[in-house]
Amino acid sequence: MATPRDPNTVDGVVIGDAPLIRVRGLVNRFGEQVVHDGVDLDVRRGEILGVVGGSGTGKSVLMRSILGLRKPDAGRIQLLGVDARSEDPVTRRHIERNTGVLFQDGALFSSLTVGENVQVPLKEYYPDLPDSLRYELALLKIKLAGLPADALDKLPSQLSGGMRKRAGLARALALDPPLLFLDEPTAGLDPIGAAAFDALIRTLQQALGLTVFLITHDLDSLYAICDRVAVLADRKVIAVAPVAELETLDHPWVQEYFNGPRGRAARS
Amino acid sequence: MSHAPNHHPPATAVDPANPQVLRLAGRWTLRFANEVGDALRDLPDGIACIDARDVERLDTLGVLQLLRYADRRSLAFDRFHFRDEHKALIAAIEDVHDQRPKRKRDTGFKAALGRLGFAVVDNAREIVALVAFLGETLVKLLRLFKEPRRFRLTATFHHMEQVGLDAAPLVALLSFMVGAVIAFLGAMVLKDFGATIFVVELVSAAFLREFGVLLTAILLAGRTASAFTAQIGMMVNREEVDAIRVLGLDPVDLLVIPRVLALLAMLPLLTFIAMMAGLLGGMAVGAFTLDIPVPAYLARMQEMMEFRHFMVGMVKAPVFAMVIALIGCLEGLQVEGTAQSLGERTTSSVVQAISMVIVIDAMAALWFMEMDF
Repeated sequence: MATPRDPNTVDGVVIGDAPLIRVRGLVNRFGEQVVHDGVDLDVRRGEILGVVGGSGTGKSVLMRSILGLRKPDAGRIQLLGVDARSEDPVTRRHIERNTGVLFQDGALFSSLTVGENVQVPLKEYYPDLPDSLRYELALLKIKLAGLPADALDKLPSQLSGGMRKRAGLARALALDPPLLFLDEPTAGLDPIGAAAFDALIRTLQQALGLTVFLITHDLDSLYAICDRVAVLADRKVIAVAPVAELETLDHPWVQEYFNGPRGRAARS
Repeated sequence: MSHAPNHHPPATAVDPANPQVLRLAGRWTLRFANEVGDALRDLPDGIACIDARDVERLDTLGVLQLLRYADRRSLAFDRFHFRDEHKALIAAIEDVHDQRPKRKRDTGFKAALGRLGFAVVDNAREIVALVAFLGETLVKLLRLFKEPRRFRLTATFHHMEQVGLDAAPLVALLSFMVGAVIAFLGAMVLKDFGATIFVVELVSAAFLREFGVLLTAILLAGRTASAFTAQIGMMVNREEVDAIRVLGLDPVDLLVIPRVLALLAMLPLLTFIAMMAGLLGGMAVGAFTLDIPVPAYLARMQEMMEFRHFMVGMVKAPVFAMVIALIGCLEGLQVEGTAQSLGERTTSSVVQAISMVIVIDAMAALWFMEMDF
């Protein structure tokens, strides 16, 4: 049987050549304070897009808006071929089933073991999966995330910060989602741990064919794994480009960021 | 949403040219988990090679199932042929496939017996901890006289407002109602003897000696002990208590003593409110349904009521206050990092506080009776 591989659908929804995430004219306000004023952003299939910006430029707010955790004040967001602001249960389920999210501190359910945490999405979306298979899958995800097998029966409070992030990543990968959101995955890790985590994300992205939306402060991550980098400043995305091109961009924050002492160190 | 027309479930077929080769096709993904399991279950024996190059989509579940199949049939995994784009995934999974975790939790009779034993020991430890905590708090209370700068005035007043003032309406309302109920109950029994007027003594003695303080203590055990545990427990969870310690401050000074003092000050006051409200409830029932006019009720009360009843009730208030505050704070400090632990500790603090209040009250009642107070 000839099998033309069709990369243009996600879970049955036709996406065509459109990007996995398309944000247009996004506006977010908190009372008087305007965080986003006309943000445009595309995330293409199969890339790792880094999102950078100073503190308070709304990186996390952007992610929360895309995921539907926050209602933006204006703008359109297309996510996985559907309207991200839709309230329709079928659409929401499509989004939830096909995205994985790693929150800043892992956001593991503190009363469940790591193994149970990873099994939560599997139980929710595939209730008739046999127990043994679900267990094996959870174990596999935990090991793919770089945790030792005996972490399976540990509670999140028994893990170090780095291990909690890995466990959070294992849960985010539980459903094999094509789209992964990572909120500062290397923040709070030691440099060696951060580099290992970067390598892990790259490996998994290639192995599983993921598209990754990566919020980060970490210059090393940008240079090591990001295909393109979006810069949030002045309430907009001021540029999206490979990191080498961004260095030459004439914007005070970007110059400060890439050509400051840390930026120079990361590049060398 | 527009759907792609063709979903290809996983399929297997033996190669017509070579019966040792099995060809796989379709989508070997989590969506088709059951179909994948079925497809691999009823395969003929004697397959030596699997050609997965026609597989349209493959994810971790597909690879995992193929690996399990290979294990079952003791087929070397290099007898599988995959497309190039799938090889990275296979390699990543094969790398980690072999490690197994150690045994899971034991769930037999022996384990249940073990848990029972641990629970008993835990309870014993809890009692010791409470006594130790009482001692620590008392010592640090006394230390305040020597080092008054350790005293947190603002925090103490803040807690006084929360546990005292805010609870006053509730305490008054409930006591009023219980007072009325006791008057009704008494009237029902005493009417047969033509002694309805004794309702006055019943209500006064009951409220002054027992119900005023007991009701208040039980209410505060539910309302305040839980609040103390949750507040302090959350601070433990967020490492605030550790921060207090490393800043060279004392969590007992900062968190426990203000709460203890607030409750020590407010519980007697609330008890007084409860007593008055209860008496008022009895009086209202007397006036409206038992034909005892208010002046007569008041006169009878003044004539028959003794101050010692009031003292017997009041003297218990600080004891209850101490018990409730200590249990609430101690349980909070024992929270361990998880949301579940916070819930368990909060429940435990309310249960312990209410039980302790009732047990102490019963013992006090016996003692006062024997002593003829």
